[in-house]
Amino acid sequence: MATRKESSSSPSAPMASTGGTLDSPVKQIQIEGLVVLKIIKHYQEEGQGSEVVQGVLLGLVVEDRLEITNCFPFPQHTEDDADFDEVQYQMEMMRSLRHVNIDHLHVGWYQSTFYGSFVSRALLDSQFSYQHAIEESVVLIYDPIKTAQGSLSLKAYRLTPKLMEICKEKDFTPEGLKKASVGFENMFEEVPIVIKNSHLISVLLWDLEDKSTVSDKHELLNLSSSNHLEKSLQLLMDRVDDLNQDIVKYNTYSRNLSKQQQQKHQYLQRRQQENVQRQSRGEPPLPEEDLTKLFKPPLPPPRMDTLLIAGQVNNYCQNVKEFTSQNLGKLFMAEALQGHN
Amino acid sequence: MSVYGPVVKIHPVVLASICDSYERRNEGASRVIGTLLGTIDKHSIEVTNCFSVPHNESEDEVAVDMEFAKNMYELHKRVSPTEVIIGWYATGFDITEHSVLIHEYYSREATNPIHLTVDSALQSGKMSIRAYVSAQMGVPGKTVGVMFTPLTIKYIYYDTERIGVDLLQRTRLTPSRTKGLTSDLSQVGCAASRIQDMLTTVLAYIEDVLSGKATADNSVGRFLMDLVNKVPTISAEDFENMLNSNINDLLMVTYLSNLTQAQIALNEKLVLL
Repeated sequence: MATRKESSSSPSAPMASTGGTLDSPVKQIQIEGLVVLKIIKHYQEEGQGSEVVQGVLLGLVVEDRLEITNCFPFPQHTEDDADFDEVQYQMEMMRSLRHVNIDHLHVGWYQSTFYGSFVSRALLDSQFSYQHAIEESVVLIYDPIKTAQGSLSLKAYRLTPKLMEICKEKDFTPEGLKKASVGFENMFEEVPIVIKNSHLISVLLWDLEDKSTVSDKHELLNLSSSNHLEKSLQLLMDRVDDLNQDIVKYNTYSRNLSKQQQQKHQYLQRRQQENVQRQSRGEPPLPEEDLTKLFKPPLPPPRMDTLLIAGQVNNYCQNVKEFTSQNLGKLFMAEALQGHN
Repeated sequence: MSVYGPVVKIHPVVLASICDSYERRNEGASRVIGTLLGTIDKHSIEVTNCFSVPHNESEDEVAVDMEFAKNMYELHKRVSPTEVIIGWYATGFDITEHSVLIHEYYSREATNPIHLTVDSALQSGKMSIRAYVSAQMGVPGKTVGVMFTPLTIKYIYYDTERIGVDLLQRTRLTPSRTKGLTSDLSQVGCAASRIQDMLTTVLAYIEDVLSGKATADNSVGRFLMDLVNKVPTISAEDFENMLNSNINDLLMVTYLSNLTQAQIALNEKLVLL
């Protein structure tokens, strides 16, 4: 797996090591604390019921760093808002923000996810259109459930250039994918994130620490893990089922294809034999008929869905492994605590 | 000190937003103002969002772009329909006469608006954050004035917000004020070391009490008893069993997910052949 760009599950792999192998224009993302807080707040207030909340990231590009300095949320899609114009909302928001000197350069978008299930067609399409328009855009995936368990889970992804090419040409057949040699691991590349705060915000943080009570919830050290694990595994199983069906479809397709090839071959041979016989009898040979009209080739199934599902399964597995490694550590700590009793 | 008026609960995202708009103010402007959005309860006002409003201020007049404020409020309402205008904020230490005018404008938008001042110029050595509500004063019928009475402020966090703020706190420690996001096991290590620090503080206090340097406090003693009792006493065998079964579960899940990953990689290779 030489091109593994996602964060590995080994416990002490530092994030910085993946930055050097990226060949995209953006090597690092710098987020301001304000953006982090806004994203958290948006999900907390508006995202409890429905699946995902989305919003736009604003900022600027400095050398090979993408700085995200502000963001604003997108309203949910509701049925009674049928005439709601998203583009107009965005334009108005950005115009207003420009008045107060907030960076109005669109650099990406963010989305919340449910247990890590974000690899979907919709995400791919959106990110493709963003990246097509703006070279350096990223999608920030915020996982609120993992964050509630103790550690902020914010990841930034971009489409690899290979995947961009494929999306551009809309060529999703197996041959097309083989040509570009895109596997599920080469779909997204993860960009390392760094959080940076200005001095004034640091002063604010000092003040907050003074005035607020010590947090009494240490969720990260919570030993009960089965609930989260169950849900993740359930989703993983569903996806594997989907993948299985897809594979069966592909298998039937290739079997049909090879059967058809055989039939064509047989037909050709029979034709040739007949022609030889006719020639020996002195009759004109039969014309060569167009084979493609007789044997309609079966449609190759699009491989894009398979790729997406495989990518999603991979993501789930990564998350599960991270989770289990954390829990193993916690269990050993509990053992140490008991051992001294 | 008894304070009249509701308690003001502020989320940190509001303060961060105010500081950010202060940093981005126009040349020549000494302070920025903006609208506060939130929800009103019976005894408390919760401030959850804010946006800055452009304004011009000179010695004798002040101009606020009210159209802009209305527009922004409409846009914000689309995203979170439960938030209402509850007041306004200004950076800077004092309350000036202009503030009274602006406050009057806001009282047209909201009933009994609150006024928040954030001293981002750090005049008193630290960032003092205060909230006020206006009250009429003076002799009725003759000169009537407006007085700003202070309110108590509490900081309130959602759980996830708390975790986010904790992470941001760690950016204070590095000189370049940056922090990468760590992954799995090192996070558990960090949390454990935080608890260890807290335990050291508690131990130091106990040592002091034992050696007579500090007076023993009953309530603290009760908390300590709770703390020690929290570690459950389980027989070694039972604990061994529980530990092993949990470890086995986790190892099995790890094995299965590794297997799945190998499977899909293989499938990929076969298809691309």
